[in-house]
Parts: sequence; C-alpha cells; structure tokens
Amino acid sequence: MGVPVSLVSTLREICGEPHVVTQAHQLKTYESDGLLQFAVTPGAVVLPADAAETARVVRACFEAGVPWVARGAGSGLSGGALPVSDGIVIALSRLRRVVEVDLDNQRVVVEPGVTNNEVSAAVGPTHFYPPDPSSQVVCTIGGNIAENSGGAHCLKYGFTTNYVTGLEAILTDGTVVQVGGPQSDRPGLDLLGALVGSEGTLAVVTRITLRVSPVPEAIRTLLALFDSPQQAGEAVSAITQAGVIPAAIEMMDNLTIQAAEPMSHAGIPLETGAALLVELDGSEHECEARFDEVVRFCEDNGATDVRVAADEAERGRFWKCRKAAFASMGRLAHAYLVQDGVIPRTKLPEVLDRIDALGQEYDLRVANVFHAGDGNLHPLVCYDQPADYERAAELSAAILDVCLDAGGSITGEHGVGHDKKKHMAKQFDEPDLAAFQKLRCAFDPHGLANPGKVMPTPRLCGEVPGVYRPHPLEEAGVAERF
Amino acid sequence: MPSASELAERLRDGGPVRIAGAGTKAAWGHPVQDLEPLDVTGLDRLVSHDAGDFTAVVQAGVPLEAAQATFAEAGQMLALDPPDGGATLGGVVASADSGPLRHRYGAPRDLVIGVTLALADGSVARGGGRVIKNVAGYDLPKLSAGSFGTLGVICEVCLRLHPKPERTATASFRHDDPQALQARALELAHRPLEAEALDFRWDAGGGGVLARFGGTVAGERARALADAEVVDDDDELWAAQRAGQRSPDRVVLRVAALPSELARVLAVAGDAGASVVGRAGVGTTWLTLPDGAGAEVVADVRARLAPHPVVVGDAPAGVRGKLDPWGVPAGPELDLMRAVKARFDPQRKCNPGLFVGGI
Repeated sequence: MGVPVSLVSTLREICGEPHVVTQAHQLKTYESDGLLQFAVTPGAVVLPADAAETARVVRACFEAGVPWVARGAGSGLSGGALPVSDGIVIALSRLRRVVEVDLDNQRVVVEPGVTNNEVSAAVGPTHFYPPDPSSQVVCTIGGNIAENSGGAHCLKYGFTTNYVTGLEAILTDGTVVQVGGPQSDRPGLDLLGALVGSEGTLAVVTRITLRVSPVPEAIRTLLALFDSPQQAGEAVSAITQAGVIPAAIEMMDNLTIQAAEPMSHAGIPLETGAALLVELDGSEHECEARFDEVVRFCEDNGATDVRVAADEAERGRFWKCRKAAFASMGRLAHAYLVQDGVIPRTKLPEVLDRIDALGQEYDLRVANVFHAGDGNLHPLVCYDQPADYERAAELSAAILDVCLDAGGSITGEHGVGHDKKKHMAKQFDEPDLAAFQKLRCAFDPHGLANPGKVMPTPRLCGEVPGVYRPHPLEEAGVAERF
Repeated sequence: MPSASELAERLRDGGPVRIAGAGTKAAWGHPVQDLEPLDVTGLDRLVSHDAGDFTAVVQAGVPLEAAQATFAEAGQMLALDPPDGGATLGGVVASADSGPLRHRYGAPRDLVIGVTLALADGSVARGGGRVIKNVAGYDLPKLSAGSFGTLGVICEVCLRLHPKPERTATASFRHDDPQALQARALELAHRPLEAEALDFRWDAGGGGVLARFGGTVAGERARALADAEVVDDDDELWAAQRAGQRSPDRVVLRVAALPSELARVLAVAGDAGASVVGRAGVGTTWLTLPDGAGAEVVADVRARLAPHPVVVGDAPAGVRGKLDPWGVPAGPELDLMRAVKARFDPQRKCNPGLFVGGI
C-alpha cells in the first residue's frame, strides 16, 4: 500500500530527513501498540518537533488525502494506535515539554509526549495529577487524552476527562483550535468532553492544560486477605454502602496472586483466595475515622488477615503486586488476553461466577484483577499454545457479553480502538452509532484521523444538509454572527 | 405524556421549538420566546435509583429537589446544588448549572454518565451508559451537558451519586481587604482539606471565605482551621451563597475567572457596585449588578476582565435585548461548535439561536 512519494518528500521538508521513517525494518517499531495481536505496517512515520510542524504535517496529509494515526508511547491496550497501511503514523514523542506550571491556579500545561508520571513530578511535591493508569511510567498524556485513561485512584478522583481544562487541537484540515483554556465553566458546547476519549479520531492535540490536586495530608493502605473473591466482594459492598469513598479498592484473585506475589514480595500466601488492596486518603481526621471502619468491614466479611502498610516501602510492595499483575502473568502462561469490561459493582458476585463457569467451559484459566470499587474488570484469559488463541479470544468476547448482560460496558479505560469495535453494536443501537458518526463528521468530514477505529463498520460523512438561516436578532442588528 | 421517540418525531416533522422544562432559566441566552414551546415536564419518572451502585436513571422533567428527596432516603445525593430547586434535571444538565458543591464534585458534565437524546432527525440516541467508568463510544453525556438543548432534547440522564454527609460544619473567615481574601482563598484551596465547598462572598467593601466540611468529624475539621469562626448549623449560609447566583430584577454576570485573580474580580465588581459570590477554588464567580445597571456596565466589566469569559444569566428583559449574553468571540473554537450543531441539528429545530454565536 504505502503513501505517495510526493507526500513523503513534503514531510521531509517539514520535519527534516531524520524525522521521517520509511525503511521497512524501522517501520516495524510502529506496527503495533501495546496490543501485539494486531500489526499493520504504516506507509511512513513522521516525528514532528512541535505543534507548528504537526499542523503542517496534518495539512499535508489533508491535501494528499492520506489518513494518519497519532501515536504516543504505544502502550495502549485496544489497538487504538494501530497504523493504517495506506497512511502515516504521527509519533508525538518529540513534543515532550512541560510548558508552564501555574501552582497558584493548580494548572499545568504540557505537550502530549510528556509521560503521566512526569506531570505529577512537575507539580510535586505539593501537588499531583490524580489519573494514574498502571502504565504511568511510560504512557503519555497525549495517549491519556485519547483514551480518557483512568487508573486505580479514579473511583475517588475521577478520570482524565475530569482534569482537562484546555487543549490545543489540530483538525484534519490543519486548522489549529484552542479549545477551552485555563478556566473552568467556560460557555459553549463541551468540545473538551467530545475530544477527551475520542481515541484520536477527531483531531490530534499538541498542548494540554490540566488541573492538578494538592497531595493528601494522609494516606492509609491495607491489604485484606480472603478465602474467595465473593467474600472480598461483600467487603467492598459493605465499605461503599457505608458511604466511604476510598482512594482505591483493588482486587486480585488466587491466580493473580500466584503470578504477582513472587515478583512483588507483598507477603501474600500463595493459596490465598483473594486479596483486597484498600487505600484511603484525605485529611488526617477523616482518614483516621474511616480507616478503622474499613478494617472492621473486612473482618466482618471473613478476612483471614488484614495488614496495614507500616511505611511507604510496604505500601510500595502492596501496590507493586497490583500494578505488576499483567506483567507477571508470564509466570502462569505463555500468553494471555486482557479484557476491560465494566459492570455495576453490585453485580460482581454473579459476574465472577459466570466468568468461572466460562473458564471451565472453554477449559482455559482466567485470572481476575480489577478495580473493585467501580466495577472495572480486567480478566486475563491465559493460554499456552498459539492454536488456543481463537478459543481464548472467544472466551474473552463471551466475558464482555456477560458484562453487557449485567448492564455494563465493553471498556472502562482501555478504549474501543481496533480490538473492541466489533462489540460496539452489542452495546449501542444503530441510532446511537449514527449520533457518534455525526460528531465524528463535524470534526473530520473526510475520515482522515485514525480511520477504522471505534465504529464497528466504516461510514462516510455526507454533506451537511439544510441552509443557514439568520437568527431574528442578527437581522435586527442586536446580535451578530461572529 | 410524550415519550422520547414522540419528541424526536415532533422535531423531525415540525418546525423549530424552544425546549421547556420548569422555566427557571427560560430567559437565559438569546431570546427564543417566540418559538413554539416543547414541554418536557411530562417526562417525570425517576426510572431507577440503584443505591448499591450509587447511580440513578432519571427522566429530564423530574424536578431536582424531588430526585434529591428520593436519593436522601438512602443517605445519598446528586452532588449538584444550583439555586433553583424547582428546576428540572434536564434543565440543570442542559444549562450546566451548579452550586457550591461544584468545588468538590464538579459540574453536571462530571456527574452525568449516560444520556438519552431526542434528535432532530427523528431518532433517539443514547450515549454513555449506567456505569461510572465507561469509555465506549463518544462522550455524548458531556456534549449534552451545557448544550442548552441546541443539539437535541435531553430526555433521560443516568447520574453518578455520592454519599450525603451525615453532618456538615462551616469554617468562616471575614475579610474586608480583597487581597487578604484572595490570599485566604488560595491558602485554603491549596491545602488538602477535602472540603465539600469553598466559597467567597463580597458586598459593599466587605466579605469572607467559607469552607464547608462534611462527614462524621465535620465539626472537628472546621475547628482545626486557625482563625475560623465555626458554624455547625450552616444551611442558611450556603442558601445565601446559592441565592447570590440569581436575581429577580438585576443583571447577574457569571465570570469564568481563575482563583489567582479573585482580588482583581473584586476590584472590578467594587467599581461597578456589584455584590459577589463565587467558588474560591474553581474561580467561577457571580456578580450581581446594582439596580439600573445595564448593557454599558456589562461591556465595561467584560472589557476589564478579558480574556475571562463573562456570561449574562438573569437580567431584566430591557437589558437582555441589548447585549450578547454569551460574549464568545469568533474563531476556530466557535466554528467547531457550529460544525457540531450543523451535524446534529442541520435544520435548526432545537432552541435555534439561543446559544453561543447564534447556535
């Protein structure tokens, strides 16, 4: 497939020879994101130095009618940055400046290639950036914007979309738009809400204004061990029903513990049925008052052991166990598929039973690790032989059906991307998808930004029907069309 | 009682409408009173309150205070407390209205997790869902929040709820120097207090900062702040803050300011003779202009506070007709909003002309 030679030379003029990749062996670096099941070799990869170069690259693609895929760290788990073979990849890894830190107003302005962790570092030690995907060491803010990333602490603190107040976005015709700004509550349609989580299908962002938060006064973390995930689920219910909103409640089942404990040394016996990691933060007063309640709820619901992190090092080991869960799965199986379904939290016990039953039916092991507070499940379907892949994929899809039956969603934080677009028509009806398409066409009428993602089937944008009619106030000269 | 699909068919088959809820904000925006009203108060069912999941599905015509009463039975609340309790949920969401709880819990956009829209092409579209964490599909709930009904009729919303604090207490600080007030506000905003609300008020050369705490130890937390006057029975204090966002007979301006510029906003307000309430940690501030102040004063306030957006809320009819209530400048951002409008409502059926730039 590839892209026109003339476009490649234009890209070289814009970004310089070394920043346009066309050699087959170099292009391989970009052919997948964090979801390695899918690979497509792009026609070329371009690495602009700044927003101005990015806008010119996008404009050149517009003029050549060539589609593009924006890419950050490539750590996404839905194939959202999977290239298109007749298009280019715009890699934003050179846009990595922290532009402005405005602690007075609790804002930070960054370029998209800055990593999630670097944002917190830029505003520390007094402040931090709450959304914390497990990949935060490498994943970039640009990718977080595209995916509306969550993380373990989003139950209390919210998601990426709750922290973005301004974006500099480049539309597919190369127009640079300043959306929002440093202020909250600006008038107008919520274009920020539309852009964040749009998976790179509406625009590419080159500058981001984020809200940050003061670091909590106190953090208390405990690890509670149970004989079964169901018991742990009951404890979660008791905690949330009492009106406690912990900073995080994470659950790991026995298989996950078997994989992650040997790597993290959190001190969890390998035969433990389920472990619950609960973190409270906030004021000293409130934390203290609530923590004892949480311990009691765990004990009342059959916790065999409750361990309170004595210091930051122990807290670190508890969290390492949770955050290393995906990476350590290699100890149990040669390969796994990760799912990202969401269910109403109260449906947890019945959904876990159904996942168990499905695992037996398909004769595959499923490890469960999830954000228990908000019902976001990450079942890891393990398999050893390449021949088992199809079966594992079927089981993985069946788990999503279970989530939808329970009133949930096919994705809580990883995005639809390429991987889950086939499931979109199960969650949404045709009029819903048609409304999504209206939004997409408003931003990208020619379908150049990350085509083939999110929507289950390719769609084209028609011309906007209807004619402009002036408002009576305009005709009276009272208001004007700006 | 019309269903969502009947409303959608009406939009498709009929002429332009103004979408009407309880009418508490009917005059906001560019005037559309001449248009045929489309009454949505018949959508008055609280569809479900899933207390265990801290969510609820509510039709757009349900009054906010009626929904809150139901949630309170389970010790829960929708963390939105705009001034008009009688407003419908659809109206609150469409206007992105909020009150002091905005400080901790955000605006309607942050609490609406699902939406059902009747669209001008006759279809009924849903976005989001019924779970608080969900990134499937484009975020129609956020796009609807604050759209003033210009993309379609909001028929039903799914809401995230929060625990309602058992007790509250407020630490109050008086100041008669705008700089001192700003310094206090910033100092409190930067401490990890987890206050339910952090407001300020100013009138005729004096004012103060208010920090409201919730939870079992609210009183202790308020008393832990040095120099504070603590009020345990604090509902009236906060009712007054909310009331400052409205006026039956004067011009009310909403300024999207930044916390570091509160003193500057107070100086401009002082010169205009305005009284002020606002969210100290967010920056959003309401100025109520004195009796008789009109379009010239609004223009002057806008010029002096630029580039911070200044929106006209309540205003006497005579003043409203003489100014642009939104003040959003021309440019690519407004063009993009118009492009979205053109795709969702190409024939301009839904509140045409009411919103920014004549959307």
